[in-house]
This record gives sequence, C-alpha cells and structure tokens, in this order.
Amino acid sequence: MISEKRFLRRFQESDFLHDFKRSPVTIVSFAVVVVLFLLAVFAEFVAPTNPFDVGSLNLMNGFTPPMQPNAFTGEVFPLGADDQGRDLLSAIIFGLRVSLFVGLTAVILAMVLGVSLGLLAGYRGGWVDSLIMRAADIQVTFPSILIAMLIFGVARGLLPPSMRNELAISVLIISIGLSEWVPFARTVRGTTLVEKEKEYVQAARLIGLSSGQIMLRHILPNVLSPVLVIATITLALAIIAEATLSFLGVGAPPTEPSLGTLIRIGQDFLFSGEWWILFFPAATLLALSLSVNLLGDWLRDILNPRLK
Amino acid sequence: MKTTDLIQVEGLRRRFDLSEPWLVRLLARRPKRFLDAVNDVSFSIERGKTYALVGESGSGKSTIALMAVGLLRPSSGHILIDGHNLYDRSRSEAEHRRIRQRLQMVFQSPYASLNPRWRVGSILAEPLRVFGLTQGPKAETHRVHELLEQVGLSVSDASRFPHEFSGGQRQRISIARALASRPDFIVCDEPTSALDVSVQAQVLNLLKDLQKDLGLTYLFITHDLAVVRVMAHRIGVLKSGRLVEEEDTKRLIEFPQSDYTRMLIRSAPRIRPSDQVHAATIPVSVVGRSTPYR
Amino acid sequence: MTDSILSVRNLRVVIPHRHGKLVAIDNISFHIQRGEIIGFVGESGAGKSMTGAAIIGLIDPPGYIERGEIWLDNLRIDQSVRGDASLIRGKRISMVFQDPLTSLNPLRTIGDQLMETILTHLPVSAEAARKKAIAGLEEVDIDPSRFGAYPHEFSGGMRQRVVIALALCAEPELIIADEPTTALDVSVQAQVLDLLKRLCRERGASVMLITHDMGVIAETTDRVAVLYAGRLAEIGPTQTLLSNPKHPYTRGLIASTPSVESGDIGTHLFQIRGTMPRLDALPPGCRFHPRCEQIMARCRSEQPEVAKNGAACFLYEDD
Repeated sequence: MISEKRFLRRFQESDFLHDFKRSPVTIVSFAVVVVLFLLAVFAEFVAPTNPFDVGSLNLMNGFTPPMQPNAFTGEVFPLGADDQGRDLLSAIIFGLRVSLFVGLTAVILAMVLGVSLGLLAGYRGGWVDSLIMRAADIQVTFPSILIAMLIFGVARGLLPPSMRNELAISVLIISIGLSEWVPFARTVRGTTLVEKEKEYVQAARLIGLSSGQIMLRHILPNVLSPVLVIATITLALAIIAEATLSFLGVGAPPTEPSLGTLIRIGQDFLFSGEWWILFFPAATLLALSLSVNLLGDWLRDILNPRLK
Repeated sequence: MKTTDLIQVEGLRRRFDLSEPWLVRLLARRPKRFLDAVNDVSFSIERGKTYALVGESGSGKSTIALMAVGLLRPSSGHILIDGHNLYDRSRSEAEHRRIRQRLQMVFQSPYASLNPRWRVGSILAEPLRVFGLTQGPKAETHRVHELLEQVGLSVSDASRFPHEFSGGQRQRISIARALASRPDFIVCDEPTSALDVSVQAQVLNLLKDLQKDLGLTYLFITHDLAVVRVMAHRIGVLKSGRLVEEEDTKRLIEFPQSDYTRMLIRSAPRIRPSDQVHAATIPVSVVGRSTPYR
Repeated sequence: MTDSILSVRNLRVVIPHRHGKLVAIDNISFHIQRGEIIGFVGESGAGKSMTGAAIIGLIDPPGYIERGEIWLDNLRIDQSVRGDASLIRGKRISMVFQDPLTSLNPLRTIGDQLMETILTHLPVSAEAARKKAIAGLEEVDIDPSRFGAYPHEFSGGMRQRVVIALALCAEPELIIADEPTTALDVSVQAQVLDLLKRLCRERGASVMLITHDMGVIAETTDRVAVLYAGRLAEIGPTQTLLSNPKHPYTRGLIASTPSVESGDIGTHLFQIRGTMPRLDALPPGCRFHPRCEQIMARCRSEQPEVAKNGAACFLYEDD
C-alpha cells in the first residue's frame, strides 16, 4: 500500500537511521543484541547438544576445559563442560533464552502496568492521582530487588510445593515486573498532565467521548515516545534482576537454569581451577546487559531533542 | 425570549475555588479564596447571526466560551439552545448526544487543537463516527473530502499529519472538524489571534462565507475590536466577569456608552494616518495607576 | 553617513542542515539613524527576528552570518570575537524581548537585576549604581519602593516596563525590541509603547522595533522596513508608506488589516492569495511573484533590488 512504501522511504531518509549509522558503539551494541536474541529464539537448532537431556550426559565428561579433547571420551566442548559433563555452550544458549524471556515479559508487564497507572493518575487527578503517586513513592524507597524477593517469597509461600517449579518462571516475571513500573508511570503521568490541557482533548470532550476513550485514543499516542527509552533501560535492569535472583537461588528453577543460575553453579568451582564454568556465562550476561544499556542510552539521546 | 434567538444565556455565574489545601488553611487560620470569573452575565444570540464577546485577559470571555459549548458547568444560571437547557442533568444520553451535535468550537491555538499523532482524515472522521453520521467507509471518506473542500483544502490533505500544515491551514482543518456534525452553533474562541494578518483575512472570510452558506450562528470571542467590526452583528463588552455594555456593532463603536468601551476603542491601533489617535489622549483614569495591579 | 548609528550591508544569514542550507536572510541592507525609531514588520518566518538576532550577535546555532557587514557607528561588529561582543551587547546595543515572564530572572529582585546590569557595563560604585537603578524605575513610572520586589509580583505590563528600564540603564545607543507588546493587553500596549518612545527620544537612543502588528508600527515608528521571505520588500518613512504603499505585498498587507474605524458585517476583507513560502521552498525570481496580482514576465526569474522609492519591485525599476 502507498502508506507503507512511504513509511519505508521516510525511515531510510530519516535522521534516526542517519544518526544510528554514525555511531559505531550503537551499531555494535545493536548487532550483539540481535545475535544473542536470535541465538535464544533458535536455541534448539543452534545449540550443539541438549543440556537438559539427562540421558545424553556422560559424567566422565565433567570438568573438560574449553577446546581440549576430554581425557576419557575424546569429546571436544567449545566452551568447556561443567561438573556434570554438560556442554557449556548449549547450557549458555538455553540459559540466554530463559534470561531474555523473563526480562522481556517482565518489562512488558511493567510497561503496561506503569503506562496505565500513569495515564489514570495524570488524567483523573485528585485522589486517584495522589493514591497512585504515593504508592509509587513508597515503592521506590525500596531497592527493586528486595521488592521482587518479597513478592517472590510471598508467592512461594502461597503455592503448593508441587507447583513451585512449574510456576517459578511466571512468579519471577510477575515479581520483577511489579518492581519496575514506577518510572513508566511517572513519565507518562507528567506528559499526560501537559497533554490533557491541550485543545484537541477539549475537542474530544466536546463530542462526548468518555475519559477512557480520550486516554486511550488521544493521549496515549502522545505519551509513548519516552516509553521506548525507559523500556530499553528497564530491560537491562530486568535481566540483571533475574540473574541476581537466580544467583541467590530464589529465581529460575534448576530445571530451567538461566544465566544467573549458571553463574551460581560456576561460582563453586572458580577457585578449584575450572574457571570456564563461571567465566563464559558471566561474560554472556555482561555482553547482553551492556549492549541493551548502550542501546537504551543512544535511544534516549537521539529521541530527546525531537521531543521538543 | 424571541423565537429568532437560538442561544439564550441567563444570569451566568462561574466561581473558581482557589483556596489552599484545607490543612494549610486550618493551621494558618485562613479563609477560603474564590474567583468569580463570570458574574451574572446574560445575553442572547439570534439565529444565523454573530455575537461577539470582547474583553481583555481576565475578563472571563474564555470561561463563558467553555460554558456555552457544554465543557464547563456554570455555578449558577442557564444556557439555553432552542429553549433546551444545556446542563439539564435529567436528560437521557440520547438526548444529550443530539444536543451535542448542534454545538461546536473552534479553538485559539492552531498547534494544540489538532492531535499531532492523528492524520487529518481521522481527525475529521471522528465526529462522524461518534455521532453515527455516515454509513460505511465510502460514505465517510466522501464526507471527509467534502469537508476539506468546503474549507479550501484539497482531498490529498486527508492523509497528512497536522505538523505538515501552516497555522492558517490548521485553523481551516479545525473549522472543517467543527462543521462535520452539521452544527447550528459554533463558538469561535479567538480563532485568528495566533495568525498573521494576511492569513487572518483568509480565515475570517471563510467563517463569514460559511455563515452565509450554512446559516451558522457564531459566538465570537476576541480582544480585537477591528476584527469584531467586520465579523459581528452584535457586541457584548466584558470586564472582570461582567457585561459592561451590549449593543449592535456599528452603534457600539460609533456611540459607546461606557468609559471602558470608549477606552478599548481608543486603544485599538489604527494604521491609516487619518485614523490615528495619539496614545496620550486615552483617559489615564481608566487605565492608569488607579487600576489595581494583579 | 555620520548620522547613522547602525549600518547593515548585504547581510546574508544561513541555517545549514543535513541536505544543504536554508537562507533565512538574503542580502539585506539598511541604515538606522541616530535617535530614530525604525520598525521591522513582516509575517512569521519573514526574517525580522533573525535580523535583530544577527545585529546583537545572538543567532541560534547552527545559523550563522554567511556574508555581509554590520557596522555600529564606525566599529564593525559582525565578526566580533567572544570577548568583544560582551562589551557591545548590553552596553551599546541592548534588547527587549517579547515575554517579560522569561526575560526577567524570577529568583532575583528587580532592583538586583538592574544593579547587576549597571555594574557590569558602567564604571560606577555600588552606591551610585543603586541610585541609578532607582532613577531608572522612576523613569518607567514604577514606584521606587518596589525596588526589592520580585518579577512575579508585577503584572505583565509593569514587567515589560522593568525590562525597558533594564534595557536603558546602561545607556545604550541602540535598543532592539522584539515584539515587546505582543503578549500584553491592548490598553497596556499603548502605554508601554508610548513610554519606550518618549524615553528613547529623551536620550537620543535609536530603536529597532520588530513586530508583526501594523498598528504598532503606525503609532510608534518614524520609518519602517517590510520583510518578506528573508528579503526587504519595502522601506521608507512610516506615514508615507502607510498612506501610499508601493510594493504589492505591502499594499496587500495593509488592505487585509481590518480597521476599527470602518467596515461592517458585510465587508469582505481583502486577502492576498496563497501563503508566504517556507524557507525550503522559495520560488525563483521575486519571492512574492506567485501571490502577486501585478506580476510581469521578469518577476518569475529575476530578483528585484530596492529601488530609489524604497520598494523592491520591478514595477518601479525606472523611477
């Protein structure tokens, strides 16, 4: 359709693409994120082995260093093997999938919750606004990790032990998501306060639209620009939060280890010489969160003057 | 009320509560503070004619504009359109909608009156959809094109965004949106104050032509007496929330009765040398230091 | 010309951007005489504010002066290095902006702000500066007892008077006033303009009054320059230009302005067809030709210069 072709042309000629191409750091960060994302999505096809298939494991492969054939079986593992003979590369790829999945879904949850509450607080004002903003203020005085742990702990306590492993991921997502909604809400509320005074909102009220319709159709499209930046930065935070919780043993279950879980496992072997079991998962986590962070920084700088 | 009156405003009052939060007042023992932005204003507008409300900032004219179009409830008094009270709480939703269709507004700012994220076509189609005025996408597009041409824009403008247009063109889009529901009554709140002089002439002429062609009734809010002279049949002069004087245009400008009106007329800038009035002849007592500083 | 305080020759200001550059001001030349009040009128985007900014050296980057000369008396000022500029700006040339809310520092008293300006530009003691500041307030009809008041305690019109006092206190030779009364009510507007006019006459200072309002021009200025799309359309004595405008744009502008003295509901205002072109879509030849009723063949390809009668139009080439 004509409008789609025009959109593509406008994008190609846009300042957005132009500035992107001029920043090597951003291009590298973007490439790293894309590669890691694709690895995670296509984990089954990319990983050389299935690290969860207990039957395929050979304990004799345990502690094989990277790129060196095993003394007993002769198998070669690109990034080494852990204490149970699991291929670390495969474990990392599947762990990446868990980390990214939890991170992304938590951010989406935080975004939907934060944007909705921000719109409501900004448009309605009055006691609704006060209530939501005071809740935000209170939440922000606690480190988000503590809040996530609190929610996680409460949920764990309420659930029967048989369900715990299955629902661990969902609970993890919910607890991280609920701990990160405040920046979204505050920013959206600020922009909503400005937009609701504009005459196009009055014109919408004039024809009898309800508050909900006005918030959704008219105000929402105008408050979204800073949301993308906040989402990217929150993604990095969520990934680290998940890794922290898993590292502490209260995050991803052992049946679905994330990068954090792998780091915890590797930590035990660091000083006995099997450095690779800790190093490679940690390096992957570092690469992921750093790239996402840099991308978010660049987005914020790029979109800022345009917000005028 | 004459049968030729479309709009009748009776004893309109609007009070704003500017009090500090109750805890502060309690501790500092301060009374509540109110602002009577509109104080006992009454006037009526004949069908198909233009009534202008003229005043400076703080006169209450914008507050009256919002009340006249149903966006702000008066503290007391009535506004009647064709005999129906605008703020009747007992009315059904369907009746409410029918009345809303008859009222529209053109706003002052060409930049803030159109949603920057919507295309012009969607902006014009919205009232059509809300009031169920067209059946099916083809009829809707047809009406949108009709509206665009009516205000002197082209059909291809429907797919563009507001920021692609100049101030004058944006005001035209606002006018087209106001016309969409086929209203009887349009409140124009300083529609050309933010526009350059040559663009203002185009927009004012457009409004006049539309009034003639469609039989529209206007409430025209402005601070500019020169604009009022060519736009309005009747003028009401507003000062600090009260109607100071009310008269047919020509008679009010040529034979003003109140000092305030006289002052406004003398302050209006004149371009042609024969029209010029030296600033020193504006009576100081009306405008000088006796006026309390805000 | 020893009588002129400011002389602008062939000024050209451009704004570069990714695909090229926009010409905001194209080859403008004019003089400002000592003690005269000259108006610069034009619609949004015509370049009048940009001209003022160029003179005082405050063009927003990336815009810059590409060509031309600006002379203050016998000193060239368009090429001033950072240090020199501050000697001129505020002292010999000062500025009055449109919005008194943002041109005054809300956190400092008006007395403080006056004294700061005086002490920066004049070699006087703090005591003498204070006396000057108080005298300045009296001159603009503000009670000196309000010396310690903050800007938000004044109304818009009074704030503008404070701004005028600020502009005058360092005894400048030229004041650039950019839309000084646009944000004010009409009744207050007349007072403020009258004040500006009277004080400048008393001190022999010149005023460059930038505005889009023909009425302000008519009642305040001695001479007026009409700008269109970055070029001078017409320049001349105010009363002459207003009663007998020569350039078709000036004629159209005056004709489309409604007057409180004439007309009625049946009057159809004169309108110039079309709109002023954007800087990235300037027509070839005379910038006004697509809207002109008296267009000739050469107008489409050649640009007219200002003729002896003050109008830049081929209709008067041979006058």
